[in-house]
Amino acid sequence: MPTTMTLLPLRDRLAQPVARVPDRTFGIIAGGAALLTMAALLGIAVLLGINSADTFRHFGVLGFVLGTAWDVGSAAFGALPFIAGTMITAGLAMLIAVPVGVLSALYLAEFAPRWLATPLVMLVELIAAIPSVVIGLWGLVVLTPLVRDTVETWVSTTFSGVPFLAGAPVGSDVFTASLLLAIMVTPTIVAVSREVILALPANYREAYIGLGATRWETVVTVVLPSVRAGVLGACILALGRAMGETMAVTMTIGNADRVPTGLFDQGQTIASKIATSFVEASGPEEVGALLGLGLILMVMTLAVGIVARLLVGRSRAAAAS
Amino acid sequence: MSAVAVPAPATVGRVARLVLTRTPRRTLTDRVMRGLTGVATVFILIPLVALVGYVTVNALPWIDLEFLTSGPVDFTRGGALNAILGSLQLIPLATLIAAPLGILGGVFLAEIASPRLANVIRFGTDVMVGLPSVVVGVFCYALLVVPFHGYSAIAGVVALAVIMVPIIARNTEEILRLVPASVREGALALGMPRWRVILTVLVRAGLGGLVTGVVLAVARGAGETAPLLITALGSRLVNVGHLNEPMDTLPTFIYTNSGQPSPVLIGQAWAAALILLLFVLAANIVVRVLTGRRSSGGNNR
Repeated sequence: MPTTMTLLPLRDRLAQPVARVPDRTFGIIAGGAALLTMAALLGIAVLLGINSADTFRHFGVLGFVLGTAWDVGSAAFGALPFIAGTMITAGLAMLIAVPVGVLSALYLAEFAPRWLATPLVMLVELIAAIPSVVIGLWGLVVLTPLVRDTVETWVSTTFSGVPFLAGAPVGSDVFTASLLLAIMVTPTIVAVSREVILALPANYREAYIGLGATRWETVVTVVLPSVRAGVLGACILALGRAMGETMAVTMTIGNADRVPTGLFDQGQTIASKIATSFVEASGPEEVGALLGLGLILMVMTLAVGIVARLLVGRSRAAAAS
Repeated sequence: MSAVAVPAPATVGRVARLVLTRTPRRTLTDRVMRGLTGVATVFILIPLVALVGYVTVNALPWIDLEFLTSGPVDFTRGGALNAILGSLQLIPLATLIAAPLGILGGVFLAEIASPRLANVIRFGTDVMVGLPSVVVGVFCYALLVVPFHGYSAIAGVVALAVIMVPIIARNTEEILRLVPASVREGALALGMPRWRVILTVLVRAGLGGLVTGVVLAVARGAGETAPLLITALGSRLVNVGHLNEPMDTLPTFIYTNSGQPSPVLIGQAWAAALILLLFVLAANIVVRVLTGRRSSGGNNR
């Protein structure tokens, strides 16, 4: 990065005499502000850990993670239904969002004329800016009955013998929530993938086209293999968002505390469980268990986010070299 | 390692085939697949159009004087004054906390920290940007609701600020990195101390970009729901100035009303959704058209 001026290392500058006192003060204030975010991150982990320690001690870490019951009456709390709900809805959302998102990123980066690509990219990214609760309201009032009376009724009668597809469709279920999640995370895949594709030097493409390849063959043979890591990173970034998404899922998943038995069964994700049960929690035991759920969600999204960052970062660095 | 993994061994034979045979079938595949990528893009935009359309059509009949000037009354009438005033208090307060902290943090990352320290803090800040906002809400519950024995608007303000600060900080850092080194060097060569260079020269040079980042963070905070549900809670009462008590906001109003068995209350939810949507979309569109930059998040949960 030749454009940024290199500075003396912090300790050398701090060692300067009195003339540097105002600079030092300013540096300390700014550093404090920057470290506050780090402190918040640590604070979240520590506070959630402390407040859910009793839950993890009482049920054991594995016992809590693999427990299937959430029964306030007998004070039995298990996280499995919500972990399963989170992974199933996020996974289904990715099944829809990845192919659509990557194809669209290819269109916007490779094929669309510039005058069309710019406004289209802006529109796609606007989707990501819509508040989750507004998407949830639309999902609840408009999409839920629509999906129930069309896709779900058709699939469940046509494939009534197939496990996971049978059952009377209710609309507010895993399928509808996953559909909304797909709508919400696709812009992330499109935006990040497109950036990675655009960062690829043009001469690779030109060379292959010069050999007589069609544009699509160039994309498949040259572009996609080169941006694999970055696009994968974009998808994992979207996966992380899908796992943490709260309101739209809360309003459409049906809020049943059980491991979903099929595509059209009701369920609950970690985030939606926290959103629906927190305020009405029965007592400190349930609040502790809910904070434990929060900790699990944090660990899950952290792991996913770090993998995504490494992949996108590596791909950008490779394209820049 | 080369950046592009061009298949090496099979290439010669493949090239020969490519050059020799441009069959109609290959041209057709090309057309079809390129068309398909365009169809995928249209497919993505359908929900956007449908959603904006539905919200507008469903909301317009419910936006009237009573909606804007009265709090909730019962299942058949009332308005959203509690939510409108609540959002008008929480969002500016959170911005007041988050904007200076975020900008200072970004200044530290871009101008002051050693590269190694900057890397560590940047990583932590990015992790915070990606953290589900419901987790931040739970954190503020444990931090501010439990010790003070009650849901409060101030806990909501802190939750929103925690969500907004990392967004502003990363944006500030990126903006300051765009300021040419010559500007910095010129000011330093005139004998200005670094803190004055940063506060007067650099921040002024990047002011438009910094404002953009704050506006995007505000738009993001304005739509946050989950963290407010477990901190500021929401309230059917109009609450002005009582920050130690629960307070409603537009997002929590939408959520609460959407679950009510009353067409009037659901209509009010649509109306509140339209106001929120207009605000958030307007902020994003204005910022993007003016600066041609992408949003630094759009990560509403």
